[in-house]
Amino acid sequence: MNAILLMLLGLGAMFLGYVIYSKFIAEKIFKLDPNFRTPAHEFEDGVDFVPTNKYVLWGHHFTSVAGAAPIIGPAIAVIWGWVPAFLWVVFGTIFFAGVHDAGAIWASNRNKARSIGALTGDVVGKRSQSLFMIVIFLVLLMVNAVFATAISGLLINFPSSVVPVWGAIFVALIIGQVIFRKWMNLGTVSILGVVALYALIYAGPSFPITLPETVFGVSDNAQWILVLFAYAAIASLLPVWMLLQPRDYINGLQLFIGLFLVYGAVLISGPELVAPAFNTNVPEGTPSLVPLLFVTIACGAISGFHGLVASGTTSKQLDKETDLRFVGYFGAIGEGSLSLATIIAVTAGFATLADWQAVYHSFGQGGVTAFVQGGANILQNGLGLDVDLAQTLLTVMAVLFAGTTMDTGLRLQRYIFQEWGNIYNIKWMEKAAPATLLAVGTCLLLAFGAGGADGSGGLLIWPLFGTTNQLLAGLTLLVITTMLVKLGRPMYVTLIPLLFLLVMTIYALLIQLMGFYHKSDWFLFSLDLVVLIAAIWIALESAGVLTRLVRENKATKAS
Amino acid sequence: MKIRAIIDWIKNANAYATEVYNAPYRSAIARAKRDEDDLFMMLVFSELMGVPNPASYYTLELQPLLLERFHQWHLRMGMEHSPLDGFRCC
Repeated sequence: MNAILLMLLGLGAMFLGYVIYSKFIAEKIFKLDPNFRTPAHEFEDGVDFVPTNKYVLWGHHFTSVAGAAPIIGPAIAVIWGWVPAFLWVVFGTIFFAGVHDAGAIWASNRNKARSIGALTGDVVGKRSQSLFMIVIFLVLLMVNAVFATAISGLLINFPSSVVPVWGAIFVALIIGQVIFRKWMNLGTVSILGVVALYALIYAGPSFPITLPETVFGVSDNAQWILVLFAYAAIASLLPVWMLLQPRDYINGLQLFIGLFLVYGAVLISGPELVAPAFNTNVPEGTPSLVPLLFVTIACGAISGFHGLVASGTTSKQLDKETDLRFVGYFGAIGEGSLSLATIIAVTAGFATLADWQAVYHSFGQGGVTAFVQGGANILQNGLGLDVDLAQTLLTVMAVLFAGTTMDTGLRLQRYIFQEWGNIYNIKWMEKAAPATLLAVGTCLLLAFGAGGADGSGGLLIWPLFGTTNQLLAGLTLLVITTMLVKLGRPMYVTLIPLLFLLVMTIYALLIQLMGFYHKSDWFLFSLDLVVLIAAIWIALESAGVLTRLVRENKATKAS
Repeated sequence: MKIRAIIDWIKNANAYATEVYNAPYRSAIARAKRDEDDLFMMLVFSELMGVPNPASYYTLELQPLLLERFHQWHLRMGMEHSPLDGFRCC
């Protein structure tokens, strides 16, 4: 099949989802009211609560949720063929992610813009709230370990990207100063910044940098991981205007340019999909499609991380309640389109089936490296870019995404440690530097504990990360469903995704648990067990709360 | 006439870009600024709390100017009225 057809089908279906299904959700289920006084107006303080233009808010929401995860997940999952990955991304976006993201904003908006974590405590129960904290902590822990591994792999596979990747950080630092000191207006700075970044990318292939194979017995992979965590720790301690803010802005621009380039190149060159539609000849050791597909692709189909962004910051800036349909649902579609671009890149970006099979020689392979290779081939055929240059371009895009997520993740983890220090009265833990060290320490433990001393095994926990992320989404869906039941509205639009997620995550956890047991990998076995207990707990809580509410509803109707 | 329209368009685009740049970090930066302002306010009102202030000759003048901010501060800290004796702002 031709990639153009796949692209049009996918984008068309998601667009229809926005036009039809999200309208149904907004009008019949959430019953959005343009006259509702949103928290942004009610508590307007110029700090947290600021009514914001819906397009600006969408840009903010979308760039916060889009990271490397919607690239890595689908790039691993096409090992089962492109049809399952394509269907899950498209239908997941339409019926799961869009409803989940918009619903999280809605739930928060109707509850004084409280975060989903706090809402779990109010709407569902205190026990669930503690559970929520644990799940968030695990997600952050895994995301940092996984992304560090993914980035180090990229930097080793594509040495031409080392200069632009680290150069981009200097560009961001300069932009931060220029804007902060008001030396230039932002339009000029944006153009100069993008030009500088692309000049670095252009220069990258001429100055490839590789680390020595071992330093003090530490492999190059592990060296990069250590460097990355050192960077992330420093970045998470700097004031946000210095590095994070300009870098996020540049990343946002990169994201749109990258999507535009990849889709444009597909349209021009019209490559054929070389990967099989359903891969009947999967490499040995590949787990079964059901349930692993649904946890391998988390971001891009449905991701609990979005709920945190939606309820944490987005809901506090909502100008009108009706805006949340665009911000939440269309934000999910933006993410889905990034995953779709990935699927096309990793299935149509290889010349022959044999080339594709060489990359996907075992489960967990492919990933973001395949995205860079395949995407670069498409860019070369479509736009005539030199392949080295195209690879550098896509690597920089992926690394910057993953890097942003890493230091944001580390910052959030530090907050959790500081909060624990506060709760349990451990004075030193309340300080920023020791809390950051603790956060880095736990992440390193996971990155190296999972895959041995060379740190190459971090991607082993990818499915486990997906599972935990789905659990988080499950908790958010539980909150939304509970609210809908309390309002006496139909609950099926969120209950069915919730049940589906719970069944798939528990099933996937059991399968992985067996796998770790057979491999005697006790480290991951215990981690899996913790997540499994959390999952079963959530399932029981959901059942308990929902049956009680439905019974109460019936009783009030009868009386 | 055409040039003016283009300039207007650029200005508009610049305003949007500035908004996009600032919106994600507005709260973090505003909070950091507020913390610094609180510190400064504490210096200005330090003598009221019994902390000697060598610069009180100068800061005395600032007290009325900071009254409004002081009021917001004690509300933010969850105190309905001013916590300082003999110092009423509401």
